[in-house]
Amino acid sequence: MSFLEVNNLKVEFDTADGVVSAVNNVSFSLDEGKILAIVGESGSGKSQTVFAMNGLLDHNGRASGSVKFEGKEILNLPSRELNLIRAQKIAMIFQDPMTSLNPYVRVSEQMAEVLVHHQGVSKSDAIQQSINMLDAVKIPDAKNRIRMYPHEFSGGMRQRVMIAMSLLCHPKLLIADEPTTALDVTVQAQIMQLLADIQKEFGMSIILITHDLGVVAGNSDEMLVMYGGEVMEIGKTEHLYSNATHPYTQGLMSAVPRLDDSADRLVTIPGNPPNMMLTPVGCPFSPRCKFANTTCSSQTPILTKVNNDHYRACHVAIEDTL
Amino acid sequence: MIAINKNKIKEMADNLSDSGTGRSLWKDARIRFMQNKAATVSLFILAAIVLFSFIGPYFAVWSYEKIDWNAMGSAARVGMPSIESGHFFGTDDLGRDLYSRVIQGTQISLMVGFLGATVAVFVGTLYGATSGYLGGKTDQIMMRIVDILMSIPYMFVLILLLVVFGRSIGMLFIGIGLLSWLDMSRIVRGQTLNLKNKEFIEAARVTGVSDFKIITRHIVPNLLGIVAVYATLLVPGIILAESFISFLGLGVQEPSTSWGALIKEGAGTIRYDTEWQLLFPLAFFVVSLFCFYFIGDGLRDALDPKDR
Amino acid sequence: MSEHKILQVQNLKVNFDVSSEGDMPWTKAKKLQAVNNVSFDLNSGETLGIVGESGCGKSTLARAIVKMVPADSGKVIWFGNDLLTLNKSEMRQHRKQIQMIFQDPLASLNPRMNIGEIIAEPLRTHYPKTPESDVKERVKDVMNKVGLLDNLVNRYPHEFSGGQCQRIGIARALILKPKLIICDEPVSALDVSIQAQVVNLLMDLQEEMDLTLIFIAHDLSIVKHISTKIMVLYLGNMVELANSNDIYTKPRHPYTQALISAVPIPDPSIEKSKKLILIEGDLPSPVDPPSGCVFRTRCQKAQDICAIEKPEFKEVSNNHEVACHFHD
Repeated sequence: MSFLEVNNLKVEFDTADGVVSAVNNVSFSLDEGKILAIVGESGSGKSQTVFAMNGLLDHNGRASGSVKFEGKEILNLPSRELNLIRAQKIAMIFQDPMTSLNPYVRVSEQMAEVLVHHQGVSKSDAIQQSINMLDAVKIPDAKNRIRMYPHEFSGGMRQRVMIAMSLLCHPKLLIADEPTTALDVTVQAQIMQLLADIQKEFGMSIILITHDLGVVAGNSDEMLVMYGGEVMEIGKTEHLYSNATHPYTQGLMSAVPRLDDSADRLVTIPGNPPNMMLTPVGCPFSPRCKFANTTCSSQTPILTKVNNDHYRACHVAIEDTL
Repeated sequence: MIAINKNKIKEMADNLSDSGTGRSLWKDARIRFMQNKAATVSLFILAAIVLFSFIGPYFAVWSYEKIDWNAMGSAARVGMPSIESGHFFGTDDLGRDLYSRVIQGTQISLMVGFLGATVAVFVGTLYGATSGYLGGKTDQIMMRIVDILMSIPYMFVLILLLVVFGRSIGMLFIGIGLLSWLDMSRIVRGQTLNLKNKEFIEAARVTGVSDFKIITRHIVPNLLGIVAVYATLLVPGIILAESFISFLGLGVQEPSTSWGALIKEGAGTIRYDTEWQLLFPLAFFVVSLFCFYFIGDGLRDALDPKDR
Repeated sequence: MSEHKILQVQNLKVNFDVSSEGDMPWTKAKKLQAVNNVSFDLNSGETLGIVGESGCGKSTLARAIVKMVPADSGKVIWFGNDLLTLNKSEMRQHRKQIQMIFQDPLASLNPRMNIGEIIAEPLRTHYPKTPESDVKERVKDVMNKVGLLDNLVNRYPHEFSGGQCQRIGIARALILKPKLIICDEPVSALDVSIQAQVVNLLMDLQEEMDLTLIFIAHDLSIVKHISTKIMVLYLGNMVELANSNDIYTKPRHPYTQALISAVPIPDPSIEKSKKLILIEGDLPSPVDPPSGCVFRTRCQKAQDICAIEKPEFKEVSNNHEVACHFHD
């Protein structure tokens, strides 16, 4: 039994223009203490996947399939039970920390409230624990800074506060949804370093959602590549970077401009991202894939095993894509 | 390796259908508005009321100022609504035909509402857009003027105007028009400030498009959505104001009438068993106001860009 | 490549007034130095990359060059004319030759205008007498050039994806056949696979139309690919200016070094063994910048002199300029 097991997760949204399927048959598992990166471009369904797991879908969204956390089914649990799990075992941080911090309440109050509410400690204990946690995420002068309001922190510091807050109840799983996208590179480096340190210290698992293959390379054990709501390829990060077999993964990896590479022209993936309003037929990547054949545009490929821990969803034979 | 293939890019560039014309935001909004049942129905009812106020007079047997001497003074017994006597809605206490008077009142009330709102929209939009776009000191001064005008109690001034200069529709227009554009200009200015920092305005400025063209081609068309919504809510507001003034006996002059004046008369005579004198104008009044509010609501939902 | 200077920026300074809360209307506003003493030359056909973190003044610099924000002092010499001394109508003549591309592709297009109108606007503004058929022809031409099908002219911006919207923005910038295009973070809002398309397109167009580019971005890897030389800004000050290869292979300023080391490389074997130079602390407030060298508060090499004396921006080797007392 894995720590987290997601099976055939599907997410659909009812919109004025009909039903839009955002996530299709996503399955993966995560072991304790590992970091899984979910990589994809906008509209790939990477955020909706974890929102669905966490019961955070918008009111017009529906999730089906199965999400087993420590052996217990948590998908579509009543919100009271889910709240309990979310509070104590699964924490989440977002791209914009201000969406989850109340701008009118001091950081100390917001952090202490979590502890008082969920662990029943006294207020002064809670504040002391909060200060310790702020120290742990390397916020200088935490004792005084804890009394400030969220907007008085810089972007990077705010993200640190968010991380500290999510760690208060010592969660077993931390979901980080594009935690550094809004930050500058030097701050991004600080935050990613911090996440790595924290992970070692607390030993939790992390799901890291990002579009940045550079961030994935240095900060994950396994990676899952999504496109158009479907899983394209899963594997160990190091293995996948040198042995990508899916045309999309290959294209994505060569399209990223690299600092250590001096080629003049960038390699591109032609075409445009998929229009999610249209129901996909066949492989969502097929309109942009240079290997695509007639099967690709009519049948959805199934995830198949390449070798240990390495799975891909593609009709084209591996030898042909190399 | 995946090489770029120019032809393929072009092929892909058009994953939209290749039909000639696109869906403008207005078209989109219209489709969304039509999906809102309450708003669509309201639009039809309102159109019917307007239509009625124009063709209604051709079916009238009595004119709105002619007195039916039979019914005069005995409206409760003789002046009740009936098809035979030609008084479809009954008569008022003076024996005048209520059907014709309601039509007259509808015309006047709607005219006051529409004209007043048009003036307010026109003045308010230009004033607000100019103030917001120019910004700085000009904006400060223009908005302080609005503040000062807004701090004057609106009804009080209107009543004073009518008392001092005498009761007339013209004076009513001036009074209402003078004051109702203030809110409009505030709203438009806020939106303009918002738009002004959008990159497409910056793009136009870099290209060298003149200020006047930027206001008329880039700012105003993007304001029309909110202006349209506010205007549909302004019309009933003005009708209400006019009715209130008329209810106080300061509005339109006899023998002309309006919804407010009719409701006042009807309410005054209700204890003489002539409830139709109140109910007919009141029904028109209430239904129309409801329609305006529903339409405004529908427009707001349809034009709200939050959907995309 | 013709090697003559088309743009010279000399000691450009831009200050903003900021009033803090509680100020009375007559309180003197504080000065925020957004751009401080920036100078560079740009040759025809070159691409200047400007990098720096948010708040470093790179967008303000671009806008000051085209007079979208007023500069306080300095010169912007465009083909021998100082743009900052020109009046509105004289400036209009030069606006034809300098165009801009923006960060948010959708927001830079008027949602109420169709694509044809948007692309034609610069042409209609500067040559209002162009016959309608010529305008249509030119719009078609330029749409083909940027890889858009010309039968899309009647469509509206919201019907396009981000990458396509950016192509429309590029088409609008090209229609007057400008000499200089200022690109303000043109790809940072786009997906990786689309970024590469747009960058390649810009490079193709540059060659084809002999364009000069100023390319602003916070993503150093992209800037490196497109630029011939690169300027690094920190808190409104020039920190380093050099050929694009030199900046990456031999960065001389401690800030540039930290910036480059922070960029993750998409290769786990390199990334996991890489030694990071982390910059501690936060960006100082631009209203109250540090004395002496602006970077000294976060610099590992800082010594006493850095707080007292502002390092001069000077050439330390061939075409490689740095502002640091202790540069490598």
